[in-house]
Amino acid sequence: MAGSPVVERLDEDTFPKILLRNAKVFADRPAMREKDLGIWQAWSWSEVLEEIRTFAIGLQDIGFTEGDRIAIVGTNRPRLYWTMVAAQSLGGVPVPLYSDSVAEEMAFVLEHAEVRFACVEDQEQVDKLLSMSEGLPRLEHVIYDDPRGLRDYDHTRLHSFEEMQAVGRKALDADPARERAWLERIAKGKGDDISVMLYTSGTTGRPKGVMLSFDNLVISGRNGNAFDKLDEHEETLAYLPMAWIGDHVFSLAQAYTAGYCVNCPESLETVLSDRREIAPTYFFAPPRVFEGLLTHIMVRMEDASKLKKKMFDVFMGVAKRVGERILNGEDVGLKDRLAYWLGEILVYGPLKNQMGFTRLKVGYTAGEAIGPEIFRFYRSLGLNLKQLYGQTEASVYITMQPDGEIFGDTVGKPATQVELRIAENGEVLYRSPGVFVGYYKNDEATKSTKTEDGWVLTGDAGFIADNGHLKIIDRAKDVGKLTSGALFAPKYIENKLKFFPDVKEVVAFGDGRDFCGVFVNIDLTAVGSWAERNNVNYASYQELAQHPLVYDMIERHVDQVNRDLAGEPMMAGAQIKRFLVLHKELDADDGELTRTQKVRRSFIAERYAPLIEALYDGSTEKHVKTEVTYEDGRKGALEATVEIRDMTLHPASGRNIQEAAE
Amino acid sequence: MSAFVDPARMAGHSGMEKGEVLLRVDNVSLAFGGVKAITNISFDIVKGEVRAIIGPNGAGKTSMLNVINGFYHPQEGTITWRGKVRRKMKPYEAASNGIARTFQNVALFKGMTTLDNIMTGRGLKMKSNFIWQCLHWGPALKEEIEHRRKVEEIIDFLEIQAIRKTPVGRLPYGLQKRVELARALAMEPELLLLDEPMAGMNLEEKEDMSRFILDVNQQFGTTIALIEHDMGVVMDLSDRVVVLDYGRKIADGPPDEVQASQDVIDAYLGVPHEH
Repeated sequence: MAGSPVVERLDEDTFPKILLRNAKVFADRPAMREKDLGIWQAWSWSEVLEEIRTFAIGLQDIGFTEGDRIAIVGTNRPRLYWTMVAAQSLGGVPVPLYSDSVAEEMAFVLEHAEVRFACVEDQEQVDKLLSMSEGLPRLEHVIYDDPRGLRDYDHTRLHSFEEMQAVGRKALDADPARERAWLERIAKGKGDDISVMLYTSGTTGRPKGVMLSFDNLVISGRNGNAFDKLDEHEETLAYLPMAWIGDHVFSLAQAYTAGYCVNCPESLETVLSDRREIAPTYFFAPPRVFEGLLTHIMVRMEDASKLKKKMFDVFMGVAKRVGERILNGEDVGLKDRLAYWLGEILVYGPLKNQMGFTRLKVGYTAGEAIGPEIFRFYRSLGLNLKQLYGQTEASVYITMQPDGEIFGDTVGKPATQVELRIAENGEVLYRSPGVFVGYYKNDEATKSTKTEDGWVLTGDAGFIADNGHLKIIDRAKDVGKLTSGALFAPKYIENKLKFFPDVKEVVAFGDGRDFCGVFVNIDLTAVGSWAERNNVNYASYQELAQHPLVYDMIERHVDQVNRDLAGEPMMAGAQIKRFLVLHKELDADDGELTRTQKVRRSFIAERYAPLIEALYDGSTEKHVKTEVTYEDGRKGALEATVEIRDMTLHPASGRNIQEAAE
Repeated sequence: MSAFVDPARMAGHSGMEKGEVLLRVDNVSLAFGGVKAITNISFDIVKGEVRAIIGPNGAGKTSMLNVINGFYHPQEGTITWRGKVRRKMKPYEAASNGIARTFQNVALFKGMTTLDNIMTGRGLKMKSNFIWQCLHWGPALKEEIEHRRKVEEIIDFLEIQAIRKTPVGRLPYGLQKRVELARALAMEPELLLLDEPMAGMNLEEKEDMSRFILDVNQQFGTTIALIEHDMGVVMDLSDRVVVLDYGRKIADGPPDEVQASQDVIDAYLGVPHEH
């Protein structure tokens, strides 16, 4: 971005060096907090240094040395963050893993990364590692944070974090040379050393180990801080997986470079109340978190007293009209400003307090498209919620939305020091200081992702809109064409339809076909409550899904989507011509969704082949029989006659944007 | 966390070693008027074990539990607790003697939060007098802080942080059961009586509860006597099983043995259990 200064490379180019600086500069400022036994425990930067130093020495005593890798498995715990920097201070590389991944996948990563050490959260993870230790001859020592249940385990290769620190403390007291040696080792660290290895989950094939250098992370962190003017006064909540680049940058890279405080919630279930207590100033969440919060509020408002409901409605109307304009610093009349001010006192303030956003300076969402209504709701309350587009390979930041230039359907302008380019086939490419060093032990993949001159292929198709903002359409490999030659981006269409609360899941078909057809899955909660209000009786999901009034409602939504698509020249050709409402809910147990609730397109195409056929052969209904798996593993069958409806398409209109993806 | 493992207070407050007989029931009979609930039953509970009491409906299991914790006093027979023959006593005396229990039907204060419910389990351990407690100051406050810490440790142990401030009435059944267990644990009992801890739970909740029961047993050395209908749970959890039928004992021993006993099969299981 033009406005913000490019941060020069500073003396402190590794996290251990930055830690030493922070312990001096921000000595008594809080660096980390954890809620334990119901009370927030805080560590200042100088205390964090002490924790990391003693642990690092203890680690050294069990043989950890330069070039070693240490696996980190668990939810966000201060000690696990400290382990990362402790390992770095000894010239080692931390490898955070997804704690909920299945043993097999974890074993692959542990083996591939050649880890000799592991630091884990609790008994569950210790058990997991021990169960696969036979296949991992390289794994020598396991260190755990929470000792509960581990008392009777064989402790020859198992150590508690506290015990390691005790050993370290003793060694430091006995021999001052140890500390000097430790500091010397830190001074030896260079910016281009590998800082961390993050394994990307990878939708296809084995996970790949993305190697990021200190330069990648430190520069990206500093740029991110400068972009949003973050400093040591920020508070964040660390609740997303530690193995994910986002958390690594927000809770470590940016926290260290800015010197702000990272708060670890008590458990994953308490995030909501912990957030209310902490009131973070800088916050990241995937769209579903914001969606969930909004639904929660709306449901609660339905039950509120008449006066409160009325107040909510009136002031949300005001917010909708002027809230975003005020946030963007535009001209707004005095009367509206007054009304908004009153609303802040009566409605927005208490609402933000409930959500834990009272002090929010900037919030980000990324990963998936966020519904424009949801996005606007938060912004109209005066919350500076923005979108960004990023990747592990980029140390997160590729594009970000600058203050005052927020558009719901684009993901922003190139972040500081990032160059952006659109390839011939519509794929987005970037080059930046954050670009990863390479995939560990996988040169082939490195070469196919990163060009000689440092450009990285994102795998996403998109284009740069008139206003200079990047717009992502879909995964590059999913983008197809209709027989008419019109561009067909399934996810783009699916997301548009999914933004309606009544629609839970959508699967769009059209690549290599004459027109676009979709399967719709209704949302039982939303449609169910609609049915209740409209006296629609139903006995099962299937019956509700097949109800003519439900079909009418979905038809209106599809029509609205078509109207939107017609307004976008690139997409106008792929309007939805026919649709059907599926008689069963797509379910991960039946293999239709991944465990992370993503649609498995090819599997669905196979399973529902007769329905797809019916979409395209012009029939108006189709009888199908589908096998289902119950939660206890038994199988049954569902039979239904599914109606298929035709839509009238809208003529294309709107501005002419050069067809970047052609 | 580690502070919770306090052997001096938790496991060994009677100074008994693992494996010693903690409670012995000798020839106990209990009748309500003409109805004989329990007839001439004898068995023992050994320190540190998980002891299951099973039997068909109406076999006298809950009555047996009520006898153990002093709610009913048997007309015949003796109960030996920690090596001493016990006289007739009130349930609260049993409680302060180191016996805590949960109930078949959840018996919590529905309108109170999880935290407050568990705090009630500490009531017997409060030493400061009524006046101080009313003032909520001085020694009462200090004491309350100590108890709160203990309660927080139990909350952490049973992983119910997220519902700390939630009124119990709003919780799903499985969690209410867990809160009840928490309240019983707050008394730091030596013997924990669980009356159908898994009744009405789904598979996942049962697995969680089983894990917590085992954790309590292993971590604190708490002796556990439980009544349960789910045979899988009983066989997996317990060290020894006593089987009642129509108020009589028909088998007593390790799970495998009990399972194989023809009397038990006839009376209760109907068909041999597959294992």
